[in-house]
Amino acid sequence: MSKAAVDLPPKGGFSFDLCKRNDMLAKKGLTGPSFRKTGTTIVGLIFQDGVILGADTRATEGPIVCDKNCEKIHYMAPNIYCCGAGTAADTEAVTDMVSSQLQLHRYHTGRESRVITALTLLKKHLFSYQGYVSAALVLGGVDCTGPHLHTIYPHGSTDTLPFATMGSGSLAAMAMFESKYKEGLSRDEGIQLVVEAICSGIFNDLGSGSNVDVCVITKGHKEYLRNHLLPNPRTYINEKGYSFPKKTEVLMTKITPLKERVEIIETGDAMEE
Amino acid sequence: MEFAPKQDQSENTVSIPVGGPIQRTQYPYVTGTSVVAIKYKDGILMAADMGGSYGSTLRYKSVERIKPIGKHSLLGGSGEISDFQEILRYLDELILNDNMWDDGNSLGPKEVHSYLTRVMYNRRNKFDPLWNSLVLGGVKKGQKYLGMVTMIGVNFEDNHVATGFGNHLARPILRDEWHEDISFEDGVKLLEKCMRVLLYRDRSAVNKIQISKLTEEGATSFPPYSLKTYWGFSSFHNPTVGAEGSW
Repeated sequence: MSKAAVDLPPKGGFSFDLCKRNDMLAKKGLTGPSFRKTGTTIVGLIFQDGVILGADTRATEGPIVCDKNCEKIHYMAPNIYCCGAGTAADTEAVTDMVSSQLQLHRYHTGRESRVITALTLLKKHLFSYQGYVSAALVLGGVDCTGPHLHTIYPHGSTDTLPFATMGSGSLAAMAMFESKYKEGLSRDEGIQLVVEAICSGIFNDLGSGSNVDVCVITKGHKEYLRNHLLPNPRTYINEKGYSFPKKTEVLMTKITPLKERVEIIETGDAMEE
Repeated sequence: MEFAPKQDQSENTVSIPVGGPIQRTQYPYVTGTSVVAIKYKDGILMAADMGGSYGSTLRYKSVERIKPIGKHSLLGGSGEISDFQEILRYLDELILNDNMWDDGNSLGPKEVHSYLTRVMYNRRNKFDPLWNSLVLGGVKKGQKYLGMVTMIGVNFEDNHVATGFGNHLARPILRDEWHEDISFEDGVKLLEKCMRVLLYRDRSAVNKIQISKLTEEGATSFPPYSLKTYWGFSSFHNPTVGAEGSW
């Protein structure tokens, strides 16, 4: 092998170098590492004045619940939020990345972000990774053109819908939506329907559980209701409490800082905007 | 579970792979989709659509997938239609033999359900399953009974059951809205709600449903009809409003 081969800088995008070897190992019976999936129910619907998004809060690692109260409704822009299902790392990273791209775009244009901007950035990224970035998203927001709700699939296709569900509990939630949704819902009716759909996912799907998060977005205003409903409280708590053995007694506390705290006074001109 | 004929499996005869047991692989050809059933005040209500799909083609549009069995039961089946007809033949023989005793006693739903469970489980143990999910409901001496058997022999009894896709789409609605002693009109409305969601979201569903009821007096099949659907959402009419050129 020639050691004088030039080391080119990585070109970006997915590197398919190890795929053949992984395939060979899989045929020999090696099971690869499993991902932390969010096994989820996420929903969105358009109501009279805007968009309501909902999500459950359970994150699973195979058969184990690894996070009982995780956040699946991610911030994209002050007027746009995105729910994510699939591999937790992928949804976090992708929404974070597009959120910062949107902020840069806002600085550049001086205008409020539009939902289709976020949509196009997300679908471009996901398509270029050919489905390997396992993120299924429900994107919703209100911009100058009105309220919008979209679903984005891991391979990069998108849908524009009046009501949408994704994740393992999507069928249970969709059953609720298909039977009860109508146009022009009020805010309370909309929240009620979203909560019903998420609860249907929580109680009928094993990959979803714990609590309900809701996010209401209207023109110029958003409300992130974290843990809006807690339908799974801890019911059987030991009244006697837990008695721990006696800890070591603290006689004296003295804190010595390792570095001196120095105050910097700004001189010269302030940074230009 | 009922699926369209798989392209990757090519054997439907006895095969003897090297160093393994004899297997009869099977896959369904003409399939029916979900059946949904509930207990109501006077007995059992069962609903199914009338479609028989041949893979992804809708081949037969007037397949009756709910049949009365004896005096006290209704059988609904999803999955392979020919296997369903075979099961009807077995049950016919069973009921005939029971009638020949002429002792005033007749097989009730619990007994028929038990018989079906044994048949299904034994066939699966021989690696030659009857590719169906069956719903068995009935009333005998005022006692309502509703049970389900799948092709691998899983059986259980409940107040509301569904097969196939109905498990995912109809069960959540039934769990939410079913209550004890639901009236006939409310029961039919509930079943229609489930069948409508299935019609929207199950690709092999057909808009021609048949509802059957079973009470102490006997079984009644209502004539088939189609459900009204709503497609008038503004997002459906104009999905790219505000974003001309996107999709």
